[in-house]
Amino acid sequence: MSERASVPKEDEESAEADEAEAETTESAVETGAEAVVAALENADVEYLFGVTGGAIMPVYDALYEHEEMTHITMAHEQGAAHAADAYGIVTGDPGVCMATSGPGATNLVTGIADASMDSDPLIALTGQVPTDFVGNDAFQETDTIGVTQPVTKYNIFAEDADTVGDDVGEAFALADEGRQGPTLVDLPKDVTKGETDQQPGTPQTPDTYNPPEEADEVIVQAAVEALADADRPVILAGGGVIKGEACDELRQFAREYDVPVITTMPGTGAFPEDEDLSMGIAGMHGTGFANLAISNTDFMLAVGTRFDDRLTGDIETFAPDAEIAHVDIDPAEISKNVQADYPLVGDAKRVIRQLDDALPAAPDADEWLETCDRWKDEYPLDYETPEDEPIKPQYVVEKYDELTPDDTIVCAGVGQHQMWAWQYWTYTEPRTWVTSHGLGTMGYAVPAAIGAKLAAPEKEVVAFDGDGSFLMTGQELSVAVRENLNITIVVLNNEAVGMVRQWQDGFYEGRRMASEYPWIPQFDKLAEAYGAQGLRVEDYDDVEETIQEAREYDGPSVIDAIIDPSENVYPMVPSGGDNARFALNEQHLEDI
Amino acid sequence: MHPEGRRNEQGIRIDPEAEAEHPPERTILSALVKNEPGVLAEVSGLFSRRQFNIESLTVGTTIDDDLSRMTIAIEEPRPGIDQAKKQLEKQIPVVSVRELDTDAVQRELVILKVNGQEPDKVQAVTEMYDGETLDAGPRTITVQLTGNEQKIDDAIDAYEQFGIRELVRTGYAALARGEAPTAQVKQPNTAPTDAQVATQEVSDD
Ligand SMILES: Cc1ncc(C[n+]2csc(CCOP(=O)(O)OP(=O)(O)O)c2C)c(N)n1
Repeated sequence: MSERASVPKEDEESAEADEAEAETTESAVETGAEAVVAALENADVEYLFGVTGGAIMPVYDALYEHEEMTHITMAHEQGAAHAADAYGIVTGDPGVCMATSGPGATNLVTGIADASMDSDPLIALTGQVPTDFVGNDAFQETDTIGVTQPVTKYNIFAEDADTVGDDVGEAFALADEGRQGPTLVDLPKDVTKGETDQQPGTPQTPDTYNPPEEADEVIVQAAVEALADADRPVILAGGGVIKGEACDELRQFAREYDVPVITTMPGTGAFPEDEDLSMGIAGMHGTGFANLAISNTDFMLAVGTRFDDRLTGDIETFAPDAEIAHVDIDPAEISKNVQADYPLVGDAKRVIRQLDDALPAAPDADEWLETCDRWKDEYPLDYETPEDEPIKPQYVVEKYDELTPDDTIVCAGVGQHQMWAWQYWTYTEPRTWVTSHGLGTMGYAVPAAIGAKLAAPEKEVVAFDGDGSFLMTGQELSVAVRENLNITIVVLNNEAVGMVRQWQDGFYEGRRMASEYPWIPQFDKLAEAYGAQGLRVEDYDDVEETIQEAREYDGPSVIDAIIDPSENVYPMVPSGGDNARFALNEQHLEDI
Repeated sequence: MHPEGRRNEQGIRIDPEAEAEHPPERTILSALVKNEPGVLAEVSGLFSRRQFNIESLTVGTTIDDDLSRMTIAIEEPRPGIDQAKKQLEKQIPVVSVRELDTDAVQRELVILKVNGQEPDKVQAVTEMYDGETLDAGPRTITVQLTGNEQKIDDAIDAYEQFGIRELVRTGYAALARGEAPTAQVKQPNTAPTDAQVATQEVSDD
């Protein structure tokens, strides 16, 4: 929800002056490809992540003389999409990835689908065979529009050199405005090579695109009355709070009216986890106290969440006693999974302000707050810390958190390590938790760390990865070395795709089919081969020192952290289970 | 004051006093869409990937060269219909969507080819259903009929005695009755239809 793309930057006079200047200092657009680049420039694009190839070459060629935009060549297009996606998460503005036609475009698809599930602002530019060849199974032809339709907010097949610049502007604006998401422009080579003198305008959404702003006052009124009357209120803060830049409003609202706040996985960081009112993270591997609060609340103000099944568990048992007020910018999310008693369609920031203005009094919930505190004491996140090795992964996460500033950005792959990085790091700032939520894409972490670091060079960036996840996209380390990025990848190495193994042990009678990876490389050595610093840690005594070594190193480091392979993620609500019935350990799981 | 009872699988609270189950309903959605390549694929893809049950989908031009109208007959429980409508509205090339009232003017056209051995009898059935003969030969007779679903189904039953060789149905075309617009171009910044619906829900109780 950056305002960059939508708000005319200056008043008309200076805009005119700018235009005059542009004409003298920059050459006017002559080809479709130059119009594409001009559109990116209009959108203030800083970085492009991509891999070149035949059909996209004209666009790359047009970038040759543009030094204000930096193209980061990635090892694989999936890496380009994830890096751009993470850039979008951290900055709030669309990240840009690009690829050639055919395999280049299909390699982007995982990253685009990932962005789509998480409503991340992303734009993909794909080369395409010349228009005359389309439909003939030409070399490297794929129906990119068809393939990406289900996983984009919108995609456009560019038809004309005269309009291609505005197509890119439109894709940019649509990725950014309303509910954010990925957009794609497919660029046939004849269009990008074609002549045009059409300078694209400011990025603009189509005039029929009008995302809702304020929620209906009548419903706001009804919702605040119910909230004021509630005995056991909670706020459930989803990713939409962060995407909608509504964290300040939400924090203020919760503090003013003393309402406990639970965050979803994408909502992590929307509310500081170290505050008394924080009830932590909810869902399958959320905290017991958060899940208990959900199960016992009588009024839930849910903001910017889509009630994903990993959050709700069994819908029939989700927040059974609660009236739900659901704030979302996308009307289609209202009552999609859980019926909203108070549907509040609008922009999170504005709607929270509306609620704040209308709320007559804080709910009288002292008893409830005490109960919540009691649950926090009774069900803290906990793991056994034996004196002896192997190292518990949770310890590594906690230690890293302890040694780094609060605004450190944490990226994660998908699996157990992701859950530990989520549970055992204390998040206090939005846009510091960067992972693949909805799609659950292994391999997200390394390219994401690259995108995150470029987006916020002043911040520390650490990626927690699994050995399995690292093997999927670890080659992007070469990019981090080339760009000399100060990032650390901590591979929580359990020689297994641990999350799958955990499920096999829990639900498949321990039949560990294809989940153990005794054949993995030594990640510290692999890192060195890429030119990064490679570190390995096996002893508790060395953890702190190793982390510091990685942090101090000028360039990327990989820590191969040899962890207890038998460690599992708890608490756990079994898939489709009741949130109130979470297992704290293996024995519990059997009883559920 | 606070709700009682659990939710059902659809996430809807089961009101002990009301119907717990939502039976499928048949309804017609009319959508104005931008005339651009791929819209039909986008809309049909949307319906299939979200598992909305389409009975028929027709698309054609309108008086505005830039817009086409899609008429979609679907059968879904009420929450599914609302969700289909909202998902449709969300598509960028979709300009507006309306669910038509049951009394909307709706017609389907069918062309069927029957065996031609009993031309007089075929002619009688065709007249009975206000049909038109399009082609007649010694072996086959091809007729056209228009009407609502019930009439067409009845007619098809009636022709079955002659042996139907082939038939084609167009799916529904429909417009709202009277002055009510079927689906109009949205004015910028109008409140979303969802909020309007919700207002009613809240003020009703
Ligand atoms: C691309 C992809 N393939 C398969 C899966 C299924 N999967 C989910 S978690 C997981 C295990 C991940 O293993 P690893 O990265 O080593 O992390 P760990 O669970 O051991 O911490 C697998 C295979 C997935 N999420 N993504």
